Amino acid sequence: MIAISKLSFSYTPDRSITFPDFALDRGEHCLLLGESGSGKTTLLHLLGGLLRGYTGSLQVAGTELNSLSEGALDKFRGQNIGFVFQKNHLISALSVEKNVIMSPYLAGINIDSHHAHEVLKSLGLGDKMKSSVKEISQGQAQRVAIARAVMNHPVVILADEPTSALDDKNCALVIKLLLDVATRNNATLVVATHDQRLKDKIKNQIIL
Amino acid sequence: MNVLLLVWSYLKAKPLNTVLNIVLFALGIAVITVLLLFNNQLEEKISSNAKGIDLVVGAKGSPLQLILCNIFHVDFPTGNINLKEAEQISRSRLIKKAVPLALGDSYQSYRIVGTTADYVELYHLELAQGAWWNNELETTIGATVARELRLGIGSAFQSTHGLVEGGSGHEEQKFVVRGILKQTNSVVDNLILTSVETVWHVHEHAAADSSERNHEAHVLHDSSFVASRLVPTHPAGDSTKEVTSLLIQYRSPMAAIQLPRMINAESKLQAASPAFETARLFSILGVGVEILTGFAYVLIFISALSVFIALYNSLKERRYDLAIMRSMGASKIRLFVNIVLEGVVLTALGSIAGLLLGHGILIVLGTAVEEMRKAGLTGIVFYSTEWIILAGSLLLGMICALIPALQAYRTDISRVLASN
Repeated sequence: MIAISKLSFSYTPDRSITFPDFALDRGEHCLLLGESGSGKTTLLHLLGGLLRGYTGSLQVAGTELNSLSEGALDKFRGQNIGFVFQKNHLISALSVEKNVIMSPYLAGINIDSHHAHEVLKSLGLGDKMKSSVKEISQGQAQRVAIARAVMNHPVVILADEPTSALDDKNCALVIKLLLDVATRNNATLVVATHDQRLKDKIKNQIIL
Repeated sequence: MNVLLLVWSYLKAKPLNTVLNIVLFALGIAVITVLLLFNNQLEEKISSNAKGIDLVVGAKGSPLQLILCNIFHVDFPTGNINLKEAEQISRSRLIKKAVPLALGDSYQSYRIVGTTADYVELYHLELAQGAWWNNELETTIGATVARELRLGIGSAFQSTHGLVEGGSGHEEQKFVVRGILKQTNSVVDNLILTSVETVWHVHEHAAADSSERNHEAHVLHDSSFVASRLVPTHPAGDSTKEVTSLLIQYRSPMAAIQLPRMINAESKLQAASPAFETARLFSILGVGVEILTGFAYVLIFISALSVFIALYNSLKERRYDLAIMRSMGASKIRLFVNIVLEGVVLTALGSIAGLLLGHGILIVLGTAVEEMRKAGLTGIVFYSTEWIILAGSLLLGMICALIPALQAYRTDISRVLASN
């Protein structure tokens, strides 16, 4: 599902980051570990097509991302990749339900509101669908972000520090939910983190 | 979910900002709409009132007053002119038709106009019911007069001297309504038409003894009766009678050059051109209209600026939203369109509200203010220019949103998402 070889990226000509080669099959999960500034987020953004212009090879779902035009990359991202960020970045002008529905809408996929309800219910948000995102708790917001990430049945779920801001209890809950939804969708979950609490949750680890 | 719903959600999320922008824009558009409707209707009224009349001849005084009094029936007469002199003028071969007007009386502030059948022809008047005036004290009244004063065929009323309400009454002289005119949407709707003799009669009765009237009747039945060119039921060359003015139609374009100069230079009378005087009137009014229009443009400019600032500021707060949308697969162009649409929706709502407000103001004024009602100005008319206002507003919305939209287009998603 993910295959990286001789991948490097430079923000400026004199500073480039080189990443170790690795490959993940569909449904296989992994942790990206490393200190701040080691390039975890950069790699995650490269995998998600948020950053372009790398050297080497980076294939996601059998597609070399560099070969896609910017528009095609947007579409590819929308249909194949789900993101979960440290801050959940929900769209505050919209309700919980609309936030989740934005995902298929922006990816240009048919909107299946029944599916959206199912996903929200499975994450324990069945009674919050019409609520404004300003009214829900931090933990609930994180779950809405997860629901949004899996709406389009992505093959890859990329999570950037999803637990760093959470206490132990919520940390365990969120990583469990992420693993659950990834397994249910048969998706590859990649979690970039420096959170030591996750080390024993996902065995497959890549250190940058 | 669709793009308008998304745009609307963002606008709804900041209700005060949105309302402020819409109200500001609506005010500017409303002022422009009111001016447009008012000006267009006024010009239409003026040109329809003056249609077919090339020149007005009356006593010396202000030419504008002469036009205002005898065509629009708003100002007072400059004085009267001698019937004999008027007949001499009307004999000119440059004149196709000369219609006499005798003013001086009114009923409930609606003017009584003494004239002849030529006036009917000049304005192409038609009867809605009843008949034309024929004998003395018989009247044919305009549609507005009939409606506002609730007069019908056979109704009788007493005139008052002067052209405003509350003048001294002409006792014992009862006018009778014989006919009602069809609505013309011109000043004739506000007039009470009668014969020239009626006006003379009413005034002489008020002033003079009855012997003169007997003399008059005597003349009418004389075998050597030569009809006046202007008032066919009256003998020619009577220098004791007066009229207020003559409405003149030229026989040829040459008359426009010769006739006014001839009258103004060679007689005690004055000639004024409705076209020239109304143009002058508009240039005087024009200053006020221009100031108001300028004010409206300033309002619109400020509201456009306010829309721009609102979008620009909200974009700072929305950097993450935009980046998240990109991460969900939205293209750059899609974000660009979203922001532009936000500006367009704001100005479109403002401009629709403004157009409605403008029409509403004129509808209210048109029913509440008597002068507006008399002038026949209404808010229930639409001009194609209003489409241009609407289209211009949409364009302005796009322009306001252009810079914020370009910023949205250029958002560096990776950097925004990484800078937690």
